[in-house]
Amino acid sequence: MSDAGMGARAGGVSGAIDGMDAAAEYALPASKAKKSPNKDRKTVTFGDSSAVRSDTRWSVIAFIGLILLWWVSTKPWGLDEAFKAADLSDAERITVCNQSEECGRDSYSQLAGPLTFPSIRDTWNAMGTLATEGFRGPTLWEHMRASLWRVVRGMFWGMVVGIPVGFAMGLSNKARGFFDTIVELFRPIPPFALIPLFILIFGIGDGTARNLLIFASIWIMIIAARSGVGAASLSKVRAAYSLGASKRQVLQKVLLPNALPELFTGIRVALGVSWGTLVAAELVGTREGLGAMIFAARPFFRLDVVVAGVIVIAVLGVFMDMLLRILEARLIPWRGKG
Amino acid sequence: MRDLSVKNVEMVYEVPNGSNVHALSNVSFDLAAGRLLTLLGPSGCGKTTLLNILAGFLAPTGGQVTLGNDIITGPGQERGMVFQQGALFEWLSVEKNIAFGPNMNGADKAQTKARVDELLDIVGLGGFGDKQIYELSGGMQQRVALARCLANDPDVILMDEPLGALDALTREKMQKLILELWQETGKTVILVTHSVEEALYLGDRLFVMAPRPGRIERDYDLPFAEKGLHTDTREMKASPEFIEKREEVLSLIWEMEEEIMGRTEGV
Repeated sequence: MSDAGMGARAGGVSGAIDGMDAAAEYALPASKAKKSPNKDRKTVTFGDSSAVRSDTRWSVIAFIGLILLWWVSTKPWGLDEAFKAADLSDAERITVCNQSEECGRDSYSQLAGPLTFPSIRDTWNAMGTLATEGFRGPTLWEHMRASLWRVVRGMFWGMVVGIPVGFAMGLSNKARGFFDTIVELFRPIPPFALIPLFILIFGIGDGTARNLLIFASIWIMIIAARSGVGAASLSKVRAAYSLGASKRQVLQKVLLPNALPELFTGIRVALGVSWGTLVAAELVGTREGLGAMIFAARPFFRLDVVVAGVIVIAVLGVFMDMLLRILEARLIPWRGKG
Repeated sequence: MRDLSVKNVEMVYEVPNGSNVHALSNVSFDLAAGRLLTLLGPSGCGKTTLLNILAGFLAPTGGQVTLGNDIITGPGQERGMVFQQGALFEWLSVEKNIAFGPNMNGADKAQTKARVDELLDIVGLGGFGDKQIYELSGGMQQRVALARCLANDPDVILMDEPLGALDALTREKMQKLILELWQETGKTVILVTHSVEEALYLGDRLFVMAPRPGRIERDYDLPFAEKGLHTDTREMKASPEFIEKREEVLSLIWEMEEEIMGRTEGV
């Protein structure tokens, strides 16, 4: 906390409260600095990571660049108008073109052929079809709901089991010793490595997918909860006891809220890992789910469906992380301050 | 209000390599209710250990501490503690931090609310009740810590370098506040500090402690706390008698430091 500057100003004023307007004083240059990074008059910027901010213009350039690269590399050039007009996908059109006498083979070129990567147009169309009719069964929405529900359920059980275990590890020697062995042995196992075993135990389908996701999140939540208990400073705990709190009250009113930042970090990491495990988990014979959708499209070379699925997974992942960040700022406003 | 009595307190820490650290050796004193005792000494003299024993956070390896007729065996509400910093609950507002003690004891809500408002005024934080802890400066946070401690109406207030993390000006203001609170509430206060000036200014009684083994080297009765309530702080700290005492205590501590240095060099 910085109340050095205001001290001089408030000095002598009777009952002046230190520091309150110091915050206001500091807020001003900070907001200015955000607009123009060079205005904070720093001479050393290379190596000062606090002076580095994400330049939105370059983010936009990167995004446009990706789209352009995609467009350029999948664009079929020089096809006859006759073939373009037909209501065909690029892949079909080129197949037709190849079989046709009128459409010379040299008349088009592509960096990535339709069997390597689908064009933007095809992917867009696939997205539309997926949303309304679906591909070989459920629509995109049903797949999305199944995937999200699967991840939420896995996270839920990971938290319900992981957080108490982590807290026990942070509070008792016996629990720490007992669970240390288990956690340290199981944590490094990639969930994918367990797919064959899980199939044997839980059968092909939802059971395996569900348990794989629980496995993915549980160790992360245990470790987050353990370090959350460890984050409580001794003086906080001692203060609570000397204010008359019982052990139970110390747990509920001090250790638990104090662990929230670590728990939240754990939830965010676990969500990322679960989302990453999802596609593989849904590979094992689930009917619904974004992963299942992608793998259903693969044997038919419906790369447009595959890429559409991948994009939906990416966008949902970003969206969920943003949601968690907003939630975090609401629930733990004290994080990183003071 | 009860008197505090410390009898033959020993504290020996066992170090893994087999040797022992004598943190406190045969510490005995009686402290009448309502006095302000400051503990001063070079690092390693056991002043914080002593404070933690008084608070009940540590059990001494020998001797005992009694408050009135009760032997101290653990933390209790009759002995409040103010830490250097970081002991406030960031997830609670200022108001709820102060009400923490009464709430833990299931006190009446309306009464607690009235008491919290009163305490906010006493520590000079009127109108800051619904602020969050991270919105406050270091000085204001220590005011909250004081108020939180007072909310349980303890007999003894223990302070472990409560002003150690504050800048000089805030520190001076807080010293005055501590004196005023002491005067108004009539509570027994025991304060650990690194600053000779602070120990002299605040202490109505002062122990200068010495290390290896940790012990009370000198026991002073001082007039400055009483005077400080009525006269200008700056003036008093510049008075000849204050300066004389300060030099005396400083040279005492310097001697100890030199002795420690000499001993470590010998090893």
